[in-house]
Amino acid sequence: MRAYLSVFRLRISTGLQYRAAALAGIATQFFFGFMFIMIFQAFYAHSVSNPPMTLTAVITYTWLKQAFLVFIMLWLRDNELFGLITSGNIAYELCRPSDIYGLWYAKLLATRLSSALLRCFPLLLVTLFLPKPYRLELPSDLLTFVFFALVLLAGLLMVVAISMLIYISVFVTMSPGGSLLLFSIFGEFLAGLIIPVPLMPGWMQNIVYLLPFHWTADFPFRVFTGDLSKSEALSGLAAQAAWLAGLVALGKILMNKALRRVVVQGG
Amino acid sequence: MKLYFKYMLMLLRSEMQYRGSFLLLTFGQCLTPFTTFAGVYFMFERFGDLKGWSFYEVVLCFGVTQMAFSFTECFARGFDVFSSLVVSGNFDRLLVRPRSTTLQVFGSRFEFARIGRLALSAVVLVWAASHMEASWTPLKVVALVLMVMSGIVIFTGIFILAASISFWTVQGLEVANIFTDGGREMIQYPLNIYHKWVKRFFTFIIPFGSVNYLPLLYILGRDGAADHPMYALLPLLGLVFLAPCLLVWRIGERHYRSTGS
Repeated sequence: MRAYLSVFRLRISTGLQYRAAALAGIATQFFFGFMFIMIFQAFYAHSVSNPPMTLTAVITYTWLKQAFLVFIMLWLRDNELFGLITSGNIAYELCRPSDIYGLWYAKLLATRLSSALLRCFPLLLVTLFLPKPYRLELPSDLLTFVFFALVLLAGLLMVVAISMLIYISVFVTMSPGGSLLLFSIFGEFLAGLIIPVPLMPGWMQNIVYLLPFHWTADFPFRVFTGDLSKSEALSGLAAQAAWLAGLVALGKILMNKALRRVVVQGG
Repeated sequence: MKLYFKYMLMLLRSEMQYRGSFLLLTFGQCLTPFTTFAGVYFMFERFGDLKGWSFYEVVLCFGVTQMAFSFTECFARGFDVFSSLVVSGNFDRLLVRPRSTTLQVFGSRFEFARIGRLALSAVVLVWAASHMEASWTPLKVVALVLMVMSGIVIFTGIFILAASISFWTVQGLEVANIFTDGGREMIQYPLNIYHKWVKRFFTFIIPFGSVNYLPLLYILGRDGAADHPMYALLPLLGLVFLAPCLLVWRIGERHYRSTGS
């Protein structure tokens, strides 16, 4: 356990070094946020039917998405790990006395946490004080907020478990491009990052709810906006825990399998 | 120009060495605009129309944008990864060669896998164009071709500008994404759905308006634009955008100091 914790701490402190990059990132996040909101506004302006989500909720959803982007994005890649696998340096990792899955998991988790810590607070703070239609609306009570924090963290743990699967797939394909691309394209859509899940047609929603992706982004955000009730939030948390356990178990099995037939490229 | 094609052929051959990975990437690239497109489709299914624009009209806009952008990414990618050239000090090598640096950076990288994306956007464009209510005239076709061309020029210009930043900062800046990826996302929709200041910025500072909004009005015969054939030729104004970008590149190049590694 100590080893995981120190890997974690090391990563966080390196991540916090890149303050200028974070500032640039925040500016970009703001621009994209405003753009998405303007597009949604235009759609809502002449809506014939009653949409299942209010414009205010969609705006809050959008800002949360922008603020916690590094928590939920699957295309975040750690080239160091890819390099280890393809260059054969994985041999060194295998010599270490701790389990690779846990070590890498801690590394990826810390990378995401450190960049989110730098980026989310300034963005959330500013959006709280924006003029009316653009403002981030806080949840009605404290308990909802606590639930949001819990399910967001559970979602983060799930994202890392899913991205571990991408790294493991590189053992087989030896080239990170393809699997990363496919995972991120579909994952992003199924997590509700292109359009919120309630705005999708019914048949699409049925597919989305069968898969793990929507638990990572769509679900926490809807807990925040009050679209989902507290009891739904609780049962969702249980579902997240089940998914997490399943994904981690799958990752460990696949990784052990891959490591058993690993071919260390010489050099 | 001959040199440029020579560079291109060289890189194509090297990429073909890993055929499986190449095909997978091409396929994946083809799917990238697909999910965005699905998003647009679902939104229209839910809301009916977008401030008076119909689905096919927006898809036409989407197709032009995607096509211009993927073309640019395919052939002008060298500028996008330029900062790594500066960081590693490899740019010095380009400076001593007796050819212009713009041409060399241009030819330093092609991403042929993006052809998948290009193909899909072409299909979308033709599909939307065939579902248009207004009839096609030769001038409208010219306008459409000019729209794509001018889009390519503007995106290339932005890539050059963004790359020029690394002459000063060594590292590229993420802010440049606002104009490349952000610009692409933005002009997938007709510009008049946004606020006035956005529309003005993207018409007069960065002339995206000349690629998408104004000629589109002509093609669709909206807002009385059908009587002004000049609108069809407006994309030509987009071509002017390249001049200041190349100028900034020149200034940056003179400013350049090697990192010396």
